[in-house]
Amino acid sequence: MSSNIIRPYGDTTGDGMVQMSFTLPLPHDKRAEGAALQLARKMGLDPALLVHAKAMGPDFTFFVVYGSSTHLVNLDEVHVVEREYPLLSAKDANLAIRKQLRRKLVVVGACIGTDAHTVGIDAILNIKGFAGEKGLEYYREIRVVNLGAQVLVPDLVARARAEKADAVLVSQVVTQKDAHIHNTTQMSAAFREAYPAGHVPILIVGGPRFEEGSELALGVDRIFGRGTTPGEVASYLVHEMTQRKRR
Amino acid sequence: MSRTEPVLHLDPAVVRRARSLARKAAAPVVKIAQSHTTVSVERATLRLAGLSGADHERVPWVNHLVTAVREEVGLEHGVTTPVYDALLRGEAPDLTTLAQKAASGNVSFRLPAGREAQAARRAAAKGVGVGLRTIDRSRATRERLIRRHGDPKTRPWIYLIVATGDIYEDIPQAQAAAREGADVIAVIRSTGQSLLDYVPEGATREGFAGTYATQENFRLMRAALDDVSKELGRYVRLTNYASGLCMPEIAALAGMERLDMMLNDSMYGILFRDINPIRTFVDQRFSRQIHARAGIIINTGEDNYLTTADAVEAAHTVTVSQLLNERFATEAGLEDWQLGLGHAFEINPEITDSFRMELAHALLARQLFPDAPLKWMPPTKHMTGDVFRGYLLDGFFNLVGAMTGQGILLVGMMTEAVVTPFLSDRDLALQNVRYVMNAASGLTEDFHPPRDGFIQTRARQVLSEAVDLLDRIVHDSDSAGDPPLLAAIADGTFGLMKRPADRGKGLEGVVVRADDYDNPAITALDAGVPPKKGEKP
Repeated sequence: MSSNIIRPYGDTTGDGMVQMSFTLPLPHDKRAEGAALQLARKMGLDPALLVHAKAMGPDFTFFVVYGSSTHLVNLDEVHVVEREYPLLSAKDANLAIRKQLRRKLVVVGACIGTDAHTVGIDAILNIKGFAGEKGLEYYREIRVVNLGAQVLVPDLVARARAEKADAVLVSQVVTQKDAHIHNTTQMSAAFREAYPAGHVPILIVGGPRFEEGSELALGVDRIFGRGTTPGEVASYLVHEMTQRKRR
Repeated sequence: MSRTEPVLHLDPAVVRRARSLARKAAAPVVKIAQSHTTVSVERATLRLAGLSGADHERVPWVNHLVTAVREEVGLEHGVTTPVYDALLRGEAPDLTTLAQKAASGNVSFRLPAGREAQAARRAAAKGVGVGLRTIDRSRATRERLIRRHGDPKTRPWIYLIVATGDIYEDIPQAQAAAREGADVIAVIRSTGQSLLDYVPEGATREGFAGTYATQENFRLMRAALDDVSKELGRYVRLTNYASGLCMPEIAALAGMERLDMMLNDSMYGILFRDINPIRTFVDQRFSRQIHARAGIIINTGEDNYLTTADAVEAAHTVTVSQLLNERFATEAGLEDWQLGLGHAFEINPEITDSFRMELAHALLARQLFPDAPLKWMPPTKHMTGDVFRGYLLDGFFNLVGAMTGQGILLVGMMTEAVVTPFLSDRDLALQNVRYVMNAASGLTEDFHPPRDGFIQTRARQVLSEAVDLLDRIVHDSDSAGDPPLLAAIADGTFGLMKRPADRGKGLEGVVVRADDYDNPAITALDAGVPPKKGEKP
C-alpha cells in the first residue's frame, strides 16, 4: 500500500474504524435497527456495529453506529482550494491592524438610496453580530461609524472623508428595478470623483442579490452575499489593507 | 425557592448599599421616562384601544395614524386626545376607518380644548380600557389554566428554543419539545426584528434564523401550547422577545394574547443594538408596566455582557445589570416572582477553578435575589464545535443550575455554534438535564461552601466590584448634563460600547411630553395592577 492511501484510525493502523450517529423517522423496533444497519453499509461501513438505539418519541429512533469504512482516501486526489485570504479571529485581526496601521481602522457603513433595510449592515457592524460572531464594533482596533438607512451618496462621501475612512461598507437589500446596482455604481463613481486616484477607501457592498464576480462592473473592491459573517468581512479588510500597503 | 440559611455570608450592609446605589442611578432615568413619550408607546396605546391590521404594503394602521397625528398636531399631547376628538366629530365611525382615512390624508386632526378635550379623553379612556381588560382576562385565564393543568413538578423550569422562521413549522416542533419535557417554549425572532420600527402583521412563514413576532403568531402558538398543556397535564409557558424598537407594542400584544414570559432588558437595546438610550428607557418603562399588569415574567439579558467580554473580568457587570434591571422592574410595578434576571455559564473552561467561579457567581445571584426566578443560560462562547466536549460542558452547566437552585434553565445544545439543533441534539440535551437534576438537585441541601473559602470570597469580591461600578455610575457626568446613568452609558462604562443619549436608532421617535399630555393607558397602569375580584385592595 502506498503511503498516500490512508484509512481512518480507530486503535490499529488500517482498521478504518469510524463512529457516527443519526436519526431515522421510524418507531424503535427490530425493523428500525435493520434499517440503520442498511444505511451504515450503504455509507461504506462493513462490518457495521449498531451499539446504541433509542426511541425519541413514538416516531423517531436515534442510533450510534461503529464500523470499518471500506473507503480509501488517496491523498494525491485531495485538492484544496485556498481562500485568497485567511480567516482571522478577532484577536488576530486586531493585532494585524495595530501592527500595520498603528492606529484604528475606520469603517463607515450605511444603507444608501431609499433602502431602509439595515438588517445586513447591522449584522456586520453591531456588536451583537450574526451567526454567533460579534460585529465589527467588537473589534478593539476597528472604529465603526454606522450611518444607518437612507443615506444620500454625497453625505456618505462627505462623512467618509471627515472620518478618514479606510473602508466603506454599503448594504443594499431592495432590488426593485435594479436599484441596488444603480445605487452602487453611483456610490463608487462618487468616491472616485472625490478622492485622488489610489486613495479611494476600500469599497465593500453587501446584499442578497449581487452577482458574484461583478466587482469590476460595480466599481467596488468586494461583494459579500447572504450569510456573510462579520469575521469574514474583518478578515477581508485586513487582507486588503495589507495588499494596499505593499503597493 | 428561597433559602433559609445563607450560603455566602454576604455583608447585609454591602447588599443594601448596592440596592440603594441602583435606586439612585435609576431615579433620574425614571423621571426622563415619565416626561417623554415615543411613537411606539403611542402606537401601543392605540393597539390597546383595538386598532390592528395593516395596509396592502403591510404598514400597520397604528403607524399610519400616529404619523398623521404627529404631522398635524404633534405627539406631545398624546395620540389619543386628537384621535378620539376626530371620532367624536364624526370623521370616521371607528379607529380602523379613521386610520385608513388618515393614511390618505383625508382627516384633519386638532387639539380640542375645554369640554371637547374632556370628552375626547373620556372616550379614549374607555377605548383603551377595553385592551387593558383583555389583558386582565388573559391573566385570569392563565391562572385558571395553571390551576387546572398544574405547574411543572420541579424547578428549574426547562426552557427550550424553537426557531424555524415558519410559524406553522414552529408549532409541531414546540409541541414535540413540550412532550419531550420542555416547560417553557421560546420562539426566537427573525434576525433584525428588534430594529424594525413597526410590528409585522399576520401569520408569517418566512423569517431568518427565527420567526417574526406578530399578534397572530402569538395567538397561534399559545393555542397550540394550550392543546399540549391539556394533553400533558402541565401548563406549558410561551416566551417571546419585547426588546427592540417596539417594546411597548409587543408587550401589549403579548399581554392580550397571553404570553407567559418576555425577554425585556433595560439596556440591551442600547448597548447591543445601538438604540437611542432615551427611547429605550421610555419604551422599557411602558412595556414593563404592561408586563406587570399581564402577570408576565420578564427575562433579562445579562448573558450578552459575558459573550462580549471576559466572564471573569466582567462578572460584576452582570450583577450591576441585574440590580438595575430589578430596580427598573420594581419601579414599573413588577413583583419579585416576575423577575427572570439573567446570568450565564461563560467562563473559559481552560481557566483553573472555572467551575468554582461559576458556582460562586451563580450563588451570588441566587442570594442577592432570593425570590426571583433566575434565568440560567448555557455556554455559547466556549462551544467550539467539538460536540463531545460541549456535552460535558453543558453537564457542568446543568450541575451549577442544580446546586444553586435556579428558576429557569435554558437548555444548552452541544451543537451550539454548529447547526440548528437536530431532533437528537435536543433529546440528548434533555437527557443531560434530567440526569443532572435527578442525580444532584438535592445538593442544594448539602452544599454549603466553607466560611471565607474560595467561593464565598469570590462572590464577595464580585459584589464589591459591582458596588464600586455602581458608585462610579452615580458619580458619572458629561458635558451635556445628562443623568449619571446616561453619562455612564455614553462613555462606555458598560461593555465596550459608547452610546451617547443624543444618538442611536429610534431617536426621531422620542417626544418630550407637554403639560397636557394624556395617555389613558399610562394613567391606568400608574395606578397599579387592579385587585382581583373578591380581593380587598
